[in-house]
Amino acid sequence: MKNSIDTPAIHPPAMPSDYSPPTAKFLGYTYIPAERQLLHSFLTNKLVLGATLLFLFFVLCAVFAYWVAPVDPTEQTLRARLRPPIWYDRGISPFYLGTDRLGRDVLSNIIYGMRISLMVGVLSVGLSLIIGLTLGLTAGYARGFWENFIMRAVDVQLSLPLIMVAMCFMVMFGQGLGKMIIVIAITGWAEYARTVRGTVLSIREKEYVEAAHALGFGPGTIMVKYLLINSITPILVLTAVQVPRVIILEATLSFLGVGVPVSTPSIGMAIARGYEVLFSGRWWASIFPGIALMMLVGCINVLADWLRDALEPRSRERA
Amino acid sequence: MTVYLLRRLYQALIVFFVVTLIVFVVLHVSGDPIELLMPPDATPTDVEEMRRTLGLDKPVVVQYGLFLKNAVRGNLGVSYHHGQPALKLVLERLPASLELVVTSILISLVLAVPLGILASTRRGRLTDRACLLGSLIGISAPPFWIGIAFILIFAVELQWLPSSGRGTWAHLVLPATSLALYRLALFLRLIRAGMLDVMTQDFIRTARAKGVSEKLVIYKHALKNTLIPFVTIAGMQMGSLLAGAIVTERVFAWPGMGRLFLDSIGVMDFPVIIAWALVIATIFLSINLAVDIIYVWLDPRIRHEK
Repeated sequence: MKNSIDTPAIHPPAMPSDYSPPTAKFLGYTYIPAERQLLHSFLTNKLVLGATLLFLFFVLCAVFAYWVAPVDPTEQTLRARLRPPIWYDRGISPFYLGTDRLGRDVLSNIIYGMRISLMVGVLSVGLSLIIGLTLGLTAGYARGFWENFIMRAVDVQLSLPLIMVAMCFMVMFGQGLGKMIIVIAITGWAEYARTVRGTVLSIREKEYVEAAHALGFGPGTIMVKYLLINSITPILVLTAVQVPRVIILEATLSFLGVGVPVSTPSIGMAIARGYEVLFSGRWWASIFPGIALMMLVGCINVLADWLRDALEPRSRERA
Repeated sequence: MTVYLLRRLYQALIVFFVVTLIVFVVLHVSGDPIELLMPPDATPTDVEEMRRTLGLDKPVVVQYGLFLKNAVRGNLGVSYHHGQPALKLVLERLPASLELVVTSILISLVLAVPLGILASTRRGRLTDRACLLGSLIGISAPPFWIGIAFILIFAVELQWLPSSGRGTWAHLVLPATSLALYRLALFLRLIRAGMLDVMTQDFIRTARAKGVSEKLVIYKHALKNTLIPFVTIAGMQMGSLLAGAIVTERVFAWPGMGRLFLDSIGVMDFPVIIAWALVIATIFLSINLAVDIIYVWLDPRIRHEK
């Protein structure tokens, strides 16, 4: 990305009317060069900064779940079934947010569940990115039969409700974490393929790509060095939107009993178990996991909004 | 334009065909329903007999051919479990699902359009920020969990509304509202963004320069142009809402298609699962097609294109 002519200029973000241009205080510059504007808009936005810190906190908790979680999430402590959170009279010590019907700790379930959520989010989206990127590049570069074929498949995929496709596949494969990651990846590749192909079509006729052809670069080099590099921005924006979607889809499938196996601590599963005891007034087992999931997804959504505004100047007004 | 619509129709047919193929193959490779249907003490001859009655002894390709042949006549097979035509079972549940989906889309539209306009005209101020924060929560909370939270607050604690079942308007309030929240948040953002986008355009400046009142500029010039692309998204959301209603139907024990589908998964009732998927796909594709037509009809620039 050394060649600044090729990189789209990043304009300063739209600010409220009382916004004053950055002064010399910031990193010792009186004006902000394009490369730093991303960082600047990041540091000046308190909501984004807060969301990032919270998100990092969640990620750390999830990664080090073994040390962070008070107890093993699958362990059933029968003497402590349906205990309320610690601040109630009946609450007992290691179960800070209460326990479920079989005496499993709600907080530990949330921490381990987030691990599953994040894992599915990252792996599924990563996998659909790889599939979509490859097919999108091929369609945009090769044109002709393959383009037609791939884009028709994209149309089929996008003209069906996501949750229906995911449910049907999960019914076929049966429960399982790996299966779910693959199924969700299959439902998500089409948007990547469409986005990448769109970008490729818009730049493949540019002079510098023609120049590369003329200089004798092979299709592989052109695809990666020119077409792929230029697709990075839209891919990044799409990824930021896809991850929260996928996390909610995972929770939904697990809640409906077609996602992860019963023994895996997932947030959707925890909510489903909590729902069973909701009507007897034991609210903590379903409400806390939901709040945790909402906060996790909310953080990513804030980051996604910011990323889109920062990277796509044209869409800034639409935020 | 006619060519465009015909192409869309043709495309919809292909999608529909692919769906039948995928759903059929996927389900028939996945498991053997016979084991679930027969009592544990059934003799092997009984099992074979049952297999033959249901046509499960033939190769998958032949089964699919028969299935297609019957499908074009509206016969999607008989439910293994209920002993009734699968399509009939699903269509019987359709009104309940439609009631839920249509009510919830109305709720989200009625609230999202005024709130979106309000947020866009007060950009950056407290109202706008409150709307944006609310919509952030709306798109971040899993819909099934919102339903559970609603049950806890309004049915268990306050005891204002029933938590499950269908019948009166009171039964409809909680499921429809909890299903509406996500779309409400999404629509609010879209309307707000659309309005902000339109308001920067030249014809708005012209209207203002002519001395048109601000109210008229907002409601006539800007809103009209915002709503045209919005129709497409709102229409497509309705189709996906029908599939997404599964979770809400589960939480509120709403007797719709989604619940039938979930129950059928448990007992591997293939014909019902296939019928459900086909009904959803048909409705989804029809709505998308209708939305395309409406879009073309609403936008004179496309309508008059040769």
